[in-house]
Amino acid sequence: MIETADTLSPEIFKGDDSPVKIAVRNLNFYYGDHQALFGNNIDIKEKRVTAVIGPSGCGKSTHLRIYNRIYKLYREQRAEGEIMLDGDNVLADNMDILELRRKVGMIFQKPTPFPMSVFENVAYGLKLHYKLSKSETAERVEKGLRGAALWDEVKDKLKKPGMALSGGQQQRLCIARAIAIQPEVLLMDEPTSAIDPIGTLKIENLIEELKKDFTIVIVTHNMQQAARISDYTAFFYQGYIVEYNKTSDIFTKPRLKQTEDYITGRFG
Amino acid sequence: MLFRHLTLISAVMIIIIMAGFFVQLLFHSLPAIEKFGISFFFRNEWDPVRLEFGAAGPLYGTLVTTLIAMLIAVPLSFVIALFLVEIAPPHLSRIISQAIDLLAAVPSIIYGMWGLFYFVPFMQNHVQPFLADTLYLKHIPLFSGPQMGFGLLTAGLILALMVLPFITAVMRDVFRMVPSVVKESAYGAGATTWEVTFDVTMRYGMQGLLGAVFLGLGRAIGETMAVLFIIGNSPEISTSLFSSGTTISAILANKFAEAEGIYKNVLFELGLTLLVITLLIQVAAQWWLNKVRKSSGGGL
Repeated sequence: MIETADTLSPEIFKGDDSPVKIAVRNLNFYYGDHQALFGNNIDIKEKRVTAVIGPSGCGKSTHLRIYNRIYKLYREQRAEGEIMLDGDNVLADNMDILELRRKVGMIFQKPTPFPMSVFENVAYGLKLHYKLSKSETAERVEKGLRGAALWDEVKDKLKKPGMALSGGQQQRLCIARAIAIQPEVLLMDEPTSAIDPIGTLKIENLIEELKKDFTIVIVTHNMQQAARISDYTAFFYQGYIVEYNKTSDIFTKPRLKQTEDYITGRFG
Repeated sequence: MLFRHLTLISAVMIIIIMAGFFVQLLFHSLPAIEKFGISFFFRNEWDPVRLEFGAAGPLYGTLVTTLIAMLIAVPLSFVIALFLVEIAPPHLSRIISQAIDLLAAVPSIIYGMWGLFYFVPFMQNHVQPFLADTLYLKHIPLFSGPQMGFGLLTAGLILALMVLPFITAVMRDVFRMVPSVVKESAYGAGATTWEVTFDVTMRYGMQGLLGAVFLGLGRAIGETMAVLFIIGNSPEISTSLFSSGTTISAILANKFAEAEGIYKNVLFELGLTLLVITLLIQVAAQWWLNKVRKSSGGGL
């Protein structure tokens, strides 16, 4: 049994009256017979950046991948519990999964441009969800690219293949694709782990901007990154949420020794 | 050092062998080329007694059987490969996969024998009457004429069956090679399985898929034994798919033993033609793939 602090303590959100966007209760997760998450409880605040940190294999990506039910692609994976998104249970059988994924966008560890042009990449998500005229599509694509701070770099190469961009640009292209469909939540699964430092900096700055419009949950391996960009931080260890608090608090006065050991680099 | 030289020699050998084929075939074809000229390819005539020859019959047969085979095998392979990778539960996928690999390993003579003893009568008694009478297609020239079981249609179907496992196996591997994170990303954007497959997986694997098609095409064009058994071996052109025909490779296998003089030169010219066609297909495929690669910028 892992020692955990109360991750639902009202103390955590003191002084922040932003509503709760996602409420996770008693979340367990299984890969076949192997249990990977144990009784996760956490509230995600709207239009805030919530970082998820922890050593490799602690379940942070697993946790994130339940929010948009992407784990459902693999039939041996199974989740139990409740994830309330605006009061609707994401895990309920009658959840409209396509609508869920319109509301909850996802960015992956590696940039995943589709094998099409820059323009088509961004337009692709749009076409899945909306019936738009050509000019409306072009408008929304530009808006998406501007939102992802990529427009100035690619406006002259919209017809070039998305895969021809640099790694950092590709990742921002994926962000543009995600925000073009106007989601409410953005899940980011170590979005900068395959990106060079300059690209990483741009994405971190972008996240600062994006949180004005979106609720962001970001898994990161990089504690400095969590400290720089997030408002709240959850520390995962062996499938448990060990500690959850304001980022400033968790990095300056962790409540549990386990957390302290990790953030001071004693393990992980 | 020795190893480097050995590898170099081995690599150069390939080029020499290839050139050797070409030169030999060309050399032996020369008398026929001189005699019949370019019109050789358009003449529908095959008369070993008067020594008048034209390649139109075998060319036509090759084209038609290959076309039938590809029209059937490519879409079917695509669907099977897709099922194996995206839809089937893992254990079922494994069983079918192995069956397909086994099918690919069956020697072509077996297909020929099976075709001759089982498939030809089946075509004669069931498929051809069904097409001509039940579907009432007999007034279309393609499906008219005597129903003998042998012929272009039967050969095309056998060819389809023969190339199917090859195309399926390659397409299956192509689908498997598309990184799951790219597919997840498309699902994550709210795409359905259908949309992910057609918009992302297929485009991502376009080069591999085309490679699979050309692999099948190459096999279908050059396949000899099975076709020889069931095509009827008549060098005439007929509009009906029910009638006998021949292909370049079948006529080569069939006639070489009895050919002499200019007859033999004509067969060599046919061999050369087959070689050139296959090479052209390869070149065209490469050219096309490069074009696709440029416009999509990556993938397999």
